[in-house]
Amino acid sequence: MSATDTQDPNRRDFLYVATGMAAVVGAGAFAWPFIDQMRPDASTLALASVEVDVASLTPGMSLIVKWRGKPVVVRNRTEQEMKDGEAVNLADLKDPIARNANLPSDAPATDANRTTPGKEAWMVMVQVCTHLGCIPLGQEGDFGGWFCPCHGSQYDTAGRIRKGPAPENMAVPVFKFISDTKILIG
Amino acid sequence: MSEGHSTYTPKTGLGRWFDARMPLPRLVYDSFIAYPVPRNLNYAWTFGGILAIMLVAQILTGIVLAMHYTADTNLAFGSVEKIMRDVNSGWLLRYMHSNGASFFFVAVYIHIFRGLYYGSYKAPRELLWILGCIIYLLMMATGFMGYVLPWGQMSFWGATVITGFFSAIPLVGDWIQQLLLGGFAVDNPTLNRFFALHYLLPFMIAGVVVLHVWALHVVGQSNPTGIEVKSKTDTVAFTPYATIKDAFGMIVFLFFFAYFVFYLPNYLGHPDNYIVANPLKTPAHIVPEWYFLPFYAILRAITFNVGPINSKLGGVLCMFGAIVMLFLVPWLDTSKVRSAVYRPWYKLFFWLFVADAILLGWLGSQPAEGSYVFMAQMATLVYFAFFLVALPVLGLIETPRRLPNSITEAVLEKNKGGGGHPSGATAAPETKG
Repeated sequence: MSATDTQDPNRRDFLYVATGMAAVVGAGAFAWPFIDQMRPDASTLALASVEVDVASLTPGMSLIVKWRGKPVVVRNRTEQEMKDGEAVNLADLKDPIARNANLPSDAPATDANRTTPGKEAWMVMVQVCTHLGCIPLGQEGDFGGWFCPCHGSQYDTAGRIRKGPAPENMAVPVFKFISDTKILIG
Repeated sequence: MSEGHSTYTPKTGLGRWFDARMPLPRLVYDSFIAYPVPRNLNYAWTFGGILAIMLVAQILTGIVLAMHYTADTNLAFGSVEKIMRDVNSGWLLRYMHSNGASFFFVAVYIHIFRGLYYGSYKAPRELLWILGCIIYLLMMATGFMGYVLPWGQMSFWGATVITGFFSAIPLVGDWIQQLLLGGFAVDNPTLNRFFALHYLLPFMIAGVVVLHVWALHVVGQSNPTGIEVKSKTDTVAFTPYATIKDAFGMIVFLFFFAYFVFYLPNYLGHPDNYIVANPLKTPAHIVPEWYFLPFYAILRAITFNVGPINSKLGGVLCMFGAIVMLFLVPWLDTSKVRSAVYRPWYKLFFWLFVADAILLGWLGSQPAEGSYVFMAQMATLVYFAFFLVALPVLGLIETPRRLPNSITEAVLEKNKGGGGHPSGATAAPETKG
């Protein structure tokens, strides 16, 4: 053995560390495609936006469209539903944040913030319970909004969680009125 | 115990040739023929063998079903109906497989409760117990994914709810959920990967079963007295004694299984799963398979926020915590006495726990409203109190009954009073000598 091999750290130590590093990086690089393939694929991501004609909806009527595999409800709310929604004291809300993708993420969950300016009668909302993903039933429950049959979560007329295990208000997706009777979701 | 030297002596020339090259017959002989088992094992100890044949039966029926099944959201439901109506004996194979899953869980629950009652998890059997817990976890994953494959309403919504657990994880939850589903909702990518994994996991179970049996054969079986084997008179040979007893237990168990397969094939299922999955309509009342109901009740019981933990994350944590408790049992129980036979207070609390688990199961099948929610919260409290309060505290304050000096003494003592067994050739094997 040469003299340089006995010094600390020697060339053998360097080889151990270098081999170990290469093995770790290699294992990580090898594992990545196995994880990556599990993510939503291009065809799933392509279904990003839908256009909805809402001309036929009179107050008190809703329709449901499928967006990204999930139901989105478009509801033309009645006067009473809007009044009920506005009358709610924000301090009574379990989730005080609007959860409206069209607004800043800290916007308070007022009735107006759950809708879009000038079109306050219209609720556009991903009708998926924020608990574990069931579809709540419309116009049921103690608050006249939505009731989830799976685990008993109750939402008010603006889709805000009021009672039960769900943690958040139902999500308002990115949407806009492209004309008086057409909505673009996504 | 297997540390003892092997008594296998090959009788034929071929046997000796084989033994010198790969001693597989020796392993079988030492494990299932000469292997000494405690002489006092009761029928609760036959469920290990019952579980082994259920696993084999599930794998066999499953492989055959996979030959007729199509994992595609447009075709899956129809292919299962085709198995039921068109495939020769398909109805029988599918009913054996679906009821087999249920009976697999019946057997595993009896097996787990037996372990809890007789303290089978205590040193030196902690690792044996934990391997069993891992098998149970794998079984739950397999059962869940198998239930998704027929693509009925309960399949779809059960999958939605259970994968929804992962969205409760702070920050990365939604990303993880999308990773599991392969999309934003349960859909074709989800069905495909669940089918692949449902096919894979039973073989992983089989692998862990090998480790479980290996660990068992190193430390030896526990027994109803919880006293370690001390001498040769404490044991009998696996064959014929345990083999016959296990075989008889299996046959009785299979009678019940066959009764369900032929007379009540859909009793343990849910009628909504004969409706094809509809992503836009949730059934009025989602329930998982019966064997998940106690955990489902715990999940739904948490309807309130605790500090920074919201009700959803809290429910998921409690549900997984309920299973984590099982893993910790060897260290939560502070008593030096294994068997509940000699622990009067533990015996009482054990049966309270059994009653609580059944109550939770029933609550899990009821709608989550009104007084059911409060009852589920109380039952959840009792569930955790058993593990976190009763197990550690009882070991410190309880005065156990006098332990016999050996298994042999316990057996002879028990039979002295009865006087029902004449001595000699007709005596039951455990009372001889």
